Order: sequence, then C-alpha cells, then structure tokens
Amino acid sequence: MMGSLFLGASVFLVICIVLAMIRVIKGPTVPDRVVGLDTINTLVVVAMILCGAASRESIYIDVAIVYALLSFITTILIARYLEGGEI
Amino acid sequence: MIVEILIYLFIAIGLTFNLLAVIGLLRFPDVYTRLHAGTKCTTFGSIFLCLAVMIHALRIWYLNGEPSSSIMPIHTLIALIAILITNPTGAHAIARAAHRSGVKPVKAVVDDLEEDRECHSKKSST
Repeated sequence: MMGSLFLGASVFLVICIVLAMIRVIKGPTVPDRVVGLDTINTLVVVAMILCGAASRESIYIDVAIVYALLSFITTILIARYLEGGEI
Repeated sequence: MIVEILIYLFIAIGLTFNLLAVIGLLRFPDVYTRLHAGTKCTTFGSIFLCLAVMIHALRIWYLNGEPSSSIMPIHTLIALIAILITNPTGAHAIARAAHRSGVKPVKAVVDDLEEDRECHSKKSST
C-alpha cells in the first residue's frame, strides 16, 4: 500500500514536470528557460527518490544523488556562459 | 499507525509545495520572481518528500532488522543534503547571470546590484 502511495506521488511529480516544461518552451528570455530546467532537475531527483522507495531499490536513490550533482554542474556552466565569462 | 499518518502528512506537504512552485513558475512576471518560486518551493517540498521516504525506510529497517536495510535512509539523507547544498547555489548563479546579461526586474523601484556595479565601474575608471 505504501508502495502505491509513493508511486502515485511520483506520477504527480511527473505532471508537475510537464507543467514546468511549458515554461521551458515558452520562456521569453534565456534565463527563464534555465530557471525552468533547474526546477525540472530538482523535481526529477525527488521523483527518482520516490520511485526508489516505491520499488524498494536503493540503486535509484544512488542515481538520484549523481543526477543532483551533475545537474548542479550543468546549471553553473550555463550561468557562467550567460554571464559571458570563461567556462 | 502514527508513522503512517506522518508519512501521509509529509507527502501531502511536499506535493503541495512542488505544485505551488510550478504554478508560480508559470504565473510570475519576470525571471527573478520565477526563480524565487521555482527554487525555494521545490527545496522546501523536497525536504518533506525526502523525510517521508526516510521515515518509511527507517520503519522497514526497524521491522526486519537487517543491516542492509539501512542503505536506503542513509542514501536518501545524502541526496537530501546534495539538494540542499546545490539548489540555492544554482539559483544564485542564475540570478547573477540574468542580471549581468541585461534582464531587468519588472516594476523594480530599487536595484541595489545595478547601483553597486555602476559605483564600482566609476571607481575603476577614475
């Protein structure tokens, strides 16, 4: 029963991700799109953790840790590029 | 019993704040307010969702008592710490980059960062 609860929560997060993707597609300026991507990254990490709890596989949570750190590097890299500094 | 109520409550709080974050991302007028909604609310919601998973995993560990069951709460804690460190830092970097690339706040009365930069450039030119 708890497993289906966590799975339902992650499906809800997927709906949130689709809504945030509207901002990525529509965003008038480039930083708007980056903000949308940052939000999507956090939601994906949490959805992975919930999927790991639903299926009792701790490997999903390890993947979520690596995804969080890599998405942080991506955000910093795009921000540096927008600033016009050297990468 | 009370553990299940706590898990339901934490999942409800986390999902509500994540939904509010996405609605704010769609509805707010400019980059800085969108950043405010899209980063703070997702961080707060993630804390509560990770707490729900940690309580669930700790209960499984308490019930069956195997040492291998301790992997899930500890790794969830590590993922939570990673989110807590990286999310505000990334938001700060995006806001700085947006300001430097020339996106102005809508209806801003006071822009301290712009005044600070002008002051700095005057000092360096003279």
